[in-house]
Amino acid sequence: MTNATTLEAKTPKAIPHSSGKQVDEVTGSQAVLEAFIAEGVDTIFGYPGGAIMPIYDALYDYHDRLKHILVRHEQGGIHAAQGFARTSGRTGVVFATSGPGATNLVTGLADAMIDSTPLVCITGQVFAHLLGTDAFQETDVVNITTPVTKWNYQITDATEIPSVLAKAFYIAGSGRPGPVLIDITKNAQLQKFAYQGYTPCKHIRSYRPKPIVRKEFVEEAAKLINAAEKPFILFGQGVILGKAEKEFKAFIEKTGIPSAWTVLGLSALPTDHPLNVGMLGMHGNYGPNVLTNECDVLIAIGMRFDDRVTGRLDKYAKQAKVIHLDIDPSEIDKNVKSTVPVWGDCKETLPMLTQLVEKKEHKAWLARFNEYTRQEVEAVIHDELNPTSEILTMGEVIKTVNELTNGDAVIVTDVGQHQMVACRYAKFNQSKSNVTSGGLGTMGFALPAAIGAKFGAPDRTVVAVIGDGGFQMTLQELGTIMQSEVNVKILILNNRFLGMVRQWQQLFHDKRYSFVDIQSPDFVMLAKSYGIAGKSIDQRTDLKAAVTEMINHNGSFLLEVMVGKENNVFPMVPQGCSVSEIRLK
Amino acid sequence: MSKQEFTITVYTENQIGLLNRIAIMFSRRKINIESLNTSPSEVDSVHRFTIVINEFEEVVKKLVRQIEKQVEVLKAYYNTEDEIVWQEMALYKVPTDIIAEKVKVERLLHQYGARAVVIRKDYTVFETTGHREELEGLIKALEPYGLIEFVRSARIAIIKASKGFHEKLKEFEEHEPGEEVIENEFLDKQDEVFTM
Repeated sequence: MTNATTLEAKTPKAIPHSSGKQVDEVTGSQAVLEAFIAEGVDTIFGYPGGAIMPIYDALYDYHDRLKHILVRHEQGGIHAAQGFARTSGRTGVVFATSGPGATNLVTGLADAMIDSTPLVCITGQVFAHLLGTDAFQETDVVNITTPVTKWNYQITDATEIPSVLAKAFYIAGSGRPGPVLIDITKNAQLQKFAYQGYTPCKHIRSYRPKPIVRKEFVEEAAKLINAAEKPFILFGQGVILGKAEKEFKAFIEKTGIPSAWTVLGLSALPTDHPLNVGMLGMHGNYGPNVLTNECDVLIAIGMRFDDRVTGRLDKYAKQAKVIHLDIDPSEIDKNVKSTVPVWGDCKETLPMLTQLVEKKEHKAWLARFNEYTRQEVEAVIHDELNPTSEILTMGEVIKTVNELTNGDAVIVTDVGQHQMVACRYAKFNQSKSNVTSGGLGTMGFALPAAIGAKFGAPDRTVVAVIGDGGFQMTLQELGTIMQSEVNVKILILNNRFLGMVRQWQQLFHDKRYSFVDIQSPDFVMLAKSYGIAGKSIDQRTDLKAAVTEMINHNGSFLLEVMVGKENNVFPMVPQGCSVSEIRLK
Repeated sequence: MSKQEFTITVYTENQIGLLNRIAIMFSRRKINIESLNTSPSEVDSVHRFTIVINEFEEVVKKLVRQIEKQVEVLKAYYNTEDEIVWQEMALYKVPTDIIAEKVKVERLLHQYGARAVVIRKDYTVFETTGHREELEGLIKALEPYGLIEFVRSARIAIIKASKGFHEKLKEFEEHEPGEEVIENEFLDKQDEVFTM
């Protein structure tokens, strides 16, 4: 229990009006924008409409302090904010109007919820007195979004705005991050009230962002690790969200434990690190999957044992003692029963563990991973990256991107085969470089997310790798790229199929290709109509030059690469199988 | 292991929409809520949900953790029947003329600990409090005497071993009083506002 004195010390001071002048009265709309400035927001992704017009009217006077990116669809806006949050490590901010504007956010909210992305979404709402009357563009947004938000709230009175927005930013960004939606009725946006500055929120009595670290469990975990002969680390996005990449590296380097990543944990550890043994899960690497069922101590750090990672649970790591580090207590024992639960922020718990563990190397054990890598290279990777047939593979395209960006690019992927190939083969030197829709698997995510990713990391090359199917789900955001001159590189891997579904139909449904044969427009002409340069290639001899042109082009560029129609992603853990039953072909 | 009855007690802030946030955690998993009661607790501004479901303990344990994760939830517990003291209440409406004639009815009511809440010429309303079986027993008993209407309340329950948490809760409220609920004050002001 916190005592009164520390509570006082915790209470932050009010931040004065951003104009620097004494302002006695503001409108609700101005209060929203003042909250943003006080929270350090500089970029908003949004789309105006009737019920949010007062906020947009106020924004007119704030254009020197707040950059607003006009998207083409609210779903594009929220995915852009997600991309922004993922590359910048800050909270993404979205504006949408009531009714359809707000319902268009739902997919992005669900995506951000399952992938723990911090967002604050502001939706306009009809006047408070019209609530429940089926007014024009009225939708019960708070109730629609309840299951897909970490917190949401409706404001009908402007005086609530500063404190509610302070709570919103605090909740979105603290603990296990997530999306927050604040619905503001039009009267509250217009209402004037006495302004007393903006006081950031640092504490909510019913909300505990981080569990208290239990030292005895850290000690127990260290004991298990010190006694382990075949320890194995699985790391997820928790390392990135906790900004604990350094602490993580120090921990694995001292213990010498082979470490494998989830799709969202990718880039937390450089690809070339000697202890990085690859990707987990359904299309992950051979060694990490097989050896999950052989290790003696499994150390899970900031990951949630998703079913795509674990395969069949009753045959998952049954021989191992499990240490689970997570900031969210409800993740412990949710899917895999832990031997030692280490609740807490891994930024705190990892250094505690590092202090207690002995310096070790696990050469023979690491060699086992390398042996499996050799087998996988031979059976899958070599041919994927250096194909002998005339047909281009997705893998060789990603390899070319690696070579030409030196592993320094931000890679944003959509969902499907290209996503798995990109995650498997893309090289990363630094954290926050892989942006993908992991938990929800939202096709159409990549193009808008890449826009946001570029605003979140303006000095970096951003390459959006997208399939021909997913691209057609949100291609309207080419308009945003055009208008806001967003320098993103769009790499479409076109196999003229909805490839992942086709692969499953081939393997598990007797090749009954049911509605996966998708046609596409001329993507290069489409890009051209938006003033975006583009090129389409289908020959290996053109690949390097085309990727070079894409990367070096001054501004956005669309490169379509025609790849093999019926290539499959391997290895693969078939659904309902154990991770150690992973197939190489 | 089989499904059994669990009583879930959730201490929360008093916030509009929280009932929905909690209720959908059950419906998302297709769990039927047998009974749900919301009420104040012994501490100002802290609300208390009492929810009864039939489930496997492992499911309930995880569910309670997910409930506790919600921003406005202070604490959630789950208990089996032997760990709580619980009651439900029921009201029974019967025609006054029949019960006035039949002496048996009076004995019956006495046996079930029921008492008359309202006695009118045309009907009488009885109330009884107890466990589910007792309440249901009285329905069966009253049916032959022209039971007109019956309603049963949600379960309310006190956790036997709750002293520790109660102390914490009191201390908590003393340090940080809860916030007032802000309701929509405009619903009856349709005519006063220009809208477009």
